Amino acid sequence: MSVAVDNLTTSPEVLDSSLESQMTLSMGPQHPSTHGVLRLDLRLDGELVIKAIPDIGYLHTGMEKLFEYKKYQQGIVITDRMDYLNPLGNNLAYVMAAEKLLDLEIPDRAQVIRVLMCELQRIASHMVWLGTHALDIGAMSVFFYCFRQREKILNLIEAASGGRMTPSYFRIGGLMMDLPAGFERRCNQFMTDFPEAMSTFETLVTGNTIWMSRTKGVGYISAEDAIDWGLTGPCLRGSGVDLDLRRDNPYTGYETYDFDIPVEQDGDVWARFRVRMRECYESYKIVRQALDRLKPGPIKADAPKIVLPDRDDMRKHMDSLIHHFLIVAEGFNVPEGEVYMPIEASKGELGVYMKSNGGPKPERVHFRGPSFVNLSALPAMVEGEMIADVVAIIGSLDIVLGEIDR
Amino acid sequence: MHKGCSNIFHALTSCGLLQRIDMTEKLHEFVEKLRSENTAWVTKVIEGHGEVTVITSRESIVDACRSLKDKHGFDMLADLCGCDRGPEEDPRFEVNYHVFSTKHHNRLRLKVVLGEDDPHVPTVTQIWKTAEWHERETYDLVGVIFDGHPDLRRILLPSDFDGHALRKDYPLRGYEPYSLN
Repeated sequence: MSVAVDNLTTSPEVLDSSLESQMTLSMGPQHPSTHGVLRLDLRLDGELVIKAIPDIGYLHTGMEKLFEYKKYQQGIVITDRMDYLNPLGNNLAYVMAAEKLLDLEIPDRAQVIRVLMCELQRIASHMVWLGTHALDIGAMSVFFYCFRQREKILNLIEAASGGRMTPSYFRIGGLMMDLPAGFERRCNQFMTDFPEAMSTFETLVTGNTIWMSRTKGVGYISAEDAIDWGLTGPCLRGSGVDLDLRRDNPYTGYETYDFDIPVEQDGDVWARFRVRMRECYESYKIVRQALDRLKPGPIKADAPKIVLPDRDDMRKHMDSLIHHFLIVAEGFNVPEGEVYMPIEASKGELGVYMKSNGGPKPERVHFRGPSFVNLSALPAMVEGEMIADVVAIIGSLDIVLGEIDR
Repeated sequence: MHKGCSNIFHALTSCGLLQRIDMTEKLHEFVEKLRSENTAWVTKVIEGHGEVTVITSRESIVDACRSLKDKHGFDMLADLCGCDRGPEEDPRFEVNYHVFSTKHHNRLRLKVVLGEDDPHVPTVTQIWKTAEWHERETYDLVGVIFDGHPDLRRILLPSDFDGHALRKDYPLRGYEPYSLN
């Protein structure tokens, strides 16, 4: 039986590094290449990494505790702040878990808009990944080109939801509101410009000799190890495992869209880079199809005791007014039960475990953040590599500390 | 009449009901296979929302997980999380193992319930390496102790933190203002 060692922040074996040639280096938590507040305890032999121990928790805000004190609809705003580069994905996983417990049926238009927004968000998330990843490795200008594209997507999200980083656009039972007038025109404008931007990135990065020599053969992880470590998303597909929950555990009607799943066999930083770049094109394809499918229709489920009524209805119908008051003041009861709702977020499998005891507040909400699990595999990738490659490998994992620490 | 039947069929498939029935049937097959291997592994089976939960005992969780991984293709541990039902409940804690297969894409939940005075459960890190951080997190926030874990330390909260924050009797704002000094 093991006894929990409580009073050490660093693992014992790192502390007694007595060998003459080895040294222990604490990288972070304010290191610019650790993408937030991540600290790595690196045990080095010269420039070679012998052992790496990630130390997380600097951004812990007790979100899972907070969920237990908030009503179901109130919890949505907390999810925005987890993976802040992919807030719509977090919204989707959370609301779908609650909808699964409630057995709600979501109208078609809402489903199409959810897919549309999530894929736009995925592109935006990949833009930040590409910009910061390239910046870590030393390519400065890519960052600005990427953020220009991301800015356009954030403008679209802002037009739809009113928020740029914290949209809270998806609600239990549908959407906050319908798309604004002119959204399709603006989205089409972005879609027209985007392929050219992608070709810019390919020219800047993909064919670049320095980029190739910094990424090829670095941070290798085999398919078996990747599954063993629980890697998901582009990190897993970079190791040659053909798994995408949009196809394998479909949700919100993804099974009706036509898209490919990019898989690379090499398992190194380059493979993960190629998977994400190719995913941008696939997301682009899905957005195109979703735009074509936008037909007028309801955007909220037919469940007056759960979904907030329209303002117009509240002025005309007394029961709408009563429902509005009750939903806001008391919330709604969710039947007893537990669900696990996995979705394919931009970084991998984002799973929400939600347990209800029948009241208006959840008993337990647990987020299985893809970044959390992907980061736990970091030691397996960096050990035996050079210290300069550590930043390249962290960049290729695409971690967000808001989700890791929660 | 034939037309009516097909309409019902379409209605069922469109709302995902048929798919859901198919899914749980498949999952029940796995549960039956587990039960046929060792009846002690399956204490109770709960079905709901298209998911199947197998309640098992702490003595058999490692063997059941090993069998699921080696014989039934559940090669990935998607998630492991603890839950506190509240101090007045007995048994008080539960640990949920969400196993997933990258080959046949089915999901199964294993659950171990633990009493308050003895919140120990054997580790599954020797089966899935990913369990390492999940178990550390569960230990940190819920206070379940995983016997045999190679490095059971706090992971999200500071090492000198008092108590386990996700327990129901732990106040939302903590016992006293926490300061880093």
